[in-house]
Amino acid sequence: MNAASETTRPIPEVLISVRGLIVEFGAHRVMNGLDLDIYRGEVLGFVGGSGQGKSVLMRTILGLVQKREGAIRLFGHDRDGLPPLELRRLEQRWGVLFQNGALFSSLTVKQNIQMPMRESRDLSQRFMDDLAMLKLKLVGLPPDSAEKLPSELSGGMIKRAALARALALDPELVFLDEPTSGLDPIGAADFDELIATLQKTLGLTVFMVTHDLDSLYSVCDRVAALAEGKVIGEGSLEDLLASDQPWLRAYFHGTRGSRLIGARKGKTDGQAPPQ
Amino acid sequence: MTSDIMANSPTAAESVSGGVTRFSLRGGWTLAASRGLERQAQSLVEKGRKAESVVVDLSGIDRLDTAGALLVNRAREALERAGATVAIEGVRAEHRILLDETTFSLVSTPAKRTLLIVDLLVDVGLSLVDGLHEFYRGTGFLGEFVAALGRTVLSPRLFRGTSLIYQMEVFGLRSIPIILLINIAVGAIVAQQGIFQLMRFGATSYSVDLIGILVLRELGVLLTSIMIAGRCGSAITAELGSMKMREEVDALRVMGLSPIEVLVVPRVLALVFSLPLLTFIADMAALFGGLLVSWSYAGISPPAFLSLLQEAIGVNTFMVGIIKAPFMALVIGLISTQDGLATMGSAESLGRQVTAAVVKGIFMVIIVDGCFAMFFATISY
Ligand SMILES: Nc1ncnc2c1ncn2[C@@H]1O[C@H](COP(=O)(O)OP(=O)(O)O)[C@@H](O)[C@H]1O
Ligand SMILES: [Mg+2]
Repeated sequence: MNAASETTRPIPEVLISVRGLIVEFGAHRVMNGLDLDIYRGEVLGFVGGSGQGKSVLMRTILGLVQKREGAIRLFGHDRDGLPPLELRRLEQRWGVLFQNGALFSSLTVKQNIQMPMRESRDLSQRFMDDLAMLKLKLVGLPPDSAEKLPSELSGGMIKRAALARALALDPELVFLDEPTSGLDPIGAADFDELIATLQKTLGLTVFMVTHDLDSLYSVCDRVAALAEGKVIGEGSLEDLLASDQPWLRAYFHGTRGSRLIGARKGKTDGQAPPQ
Repeated sequence: MTSDIMANSPTAAESVSGGVTRFSLRGGWTLAASRGLERQAQSLVEKGRKAESVVVDLSGIDRLDTAGALLVNRAREALERAGATVAIEGVRAEHRILLDETTFSLVSTPAKRTLLIVDLLVDVGLSLVDGLHEFYRGTGFLGEFVAALGRTVLSPRLFRGTSLIYQMEVFGLRSIPIILLINIAVGAIVAQQGIFQLMRFGATSYSVDLIGILVLRELGVLLTSIMIAGRCGSAITAELGSMKMREEVDALRVMGLSPIEVLVVPRVLALVFSLPLLTFIADMAALFGGLLVSWSYAGISPPAFLSLLQEAIGVNTFMVGIIKAPFMALVIGLISTQDGLATMGSAESLGRQVTAAVVKGIFMVIIVDGCFAMFFATISY
């Protein structure tokens, strides 16, 4: 779909690979033998019903939730076999935007952004200030928001500030958990555009959990759908739209889905990218 | 392969030819190099400052990120300010985007310069004003509480019985073990000290008077109140504070419910009902502790202790302590609920409020006790 994935298509490098993942909370099995790959340079949209475990998958990859069985490879290394120090080095190569921002409430936006730099890099305060202002500019926040506390920000600004923090160390990979939920349509569209721009300029790989069909259309190169603890469909949006899988049909061809798809079809007919 | 890139440190090779200083940048100009990256950029500026014309060649760079691009831009700006003409060459397409994105002018915030003495005076003034505000708000809060209580009395339908009983269980019943324990210990200590000091005058039996009056008038209620301010005051502030942070209090308000009625009244009333009962238990426990020590240490048998006690104290001695309890409860309850509801958005603010509530609660309990001492002395009760 975009130039980067076109050129890397011959040998797509796998950044994260998940095989046979099983995650349980007590007797409640959330992941049931899930397989997933994230390729360098792509924007992977991850969809699924509420409570199906999208956040749990992300948290398991990040190491916040313990898995029962299965293998997770991070940048080509087996997660279980990594010594703690090496794991910390790898963790600095990704940034995370949590579902509700998870900004530190007692720090200003600027201090939030500088937190990862302060902890894992040795930089002068002046340069960190400069960098923080740059990140704010990249995510489209006004400079005066630097000194604000998270409680003084609107929902959309919190997401942007959290994204700025996720980008603090210039990660190769960012995990976004429902970045546009809770934003108004214009805000959501802006955010999609922002992610697309950042992805192109910074060469990011993006794993995006989303419910937003618009986001799937506008920024995602590839879509994976989760149901019953497995990835039930994976591929370009067109592949999933054509799928006969009942849940996918309900998701994409329900009233809201088909209305949107109809509108898009009308708009892009004749100039749809060849797949 | 990736770890090689991470280890690849940034360098800038300098070559001068015909008045043109040329820097060939190599390695990974990324944040991974930490301070090394800053130092390299700084050296660009220092070495190039004297030159008329500077060329920065990026073609040898392995990796560039926003931090590296920002520093290259900043170095260019600094050199241009120093009077050199700067050209950036050998820029790859993906690096060009980064360089463009990281061009922005820094809005410098003017540094504040103040005198120490002025700062000090400002701080003193601010804390005085804060204190007055606090008192003002406290009075307002008391008024709101009384109004809400009045509404509840007028229409008992509003009365939250379940909540009251639950809070009484948490604040009252669950506090009994610790109250028993410390008061037995304190009664025993007072008895031991009294007997030890009075022994020299051969007035050992007066230690019973000492225990009875001290414990019933002062210690029982004071220790119980301090314990409750620490144990329940902090819990109330933390609970209401986190409800405030998660907008639960706002949710109540938009449902047309008054947070004072729903949250504050049951808690404060539960404390007001529980504290006299706990004080009674505390009194009994302390007397029991005194009895045990008098018996074992001074050989005063329990029947003798009780008859001495009966002579020493009257109902009023006991009542002085009990009367104070509901007022102590009111002070603790109002301070902790008000501080909880005054929590702002941050986790730090919650911690500050909990500390403030406990400290203020204990302080006010002692002040109130002092006021009562003067009052009872005046009316010779
Ligand atoms: N820490 C936890 N303890 C127990 N159950 C959990 C926990 N976290 C998530 N779950 C359960 O896992 C399922 C998936 O949750 P989640 O990943 O948050 O869903 P979503 O797909 O909406 O992000 C839910 O049924 C949830 O109840
Ligand atoms: Mg979720």
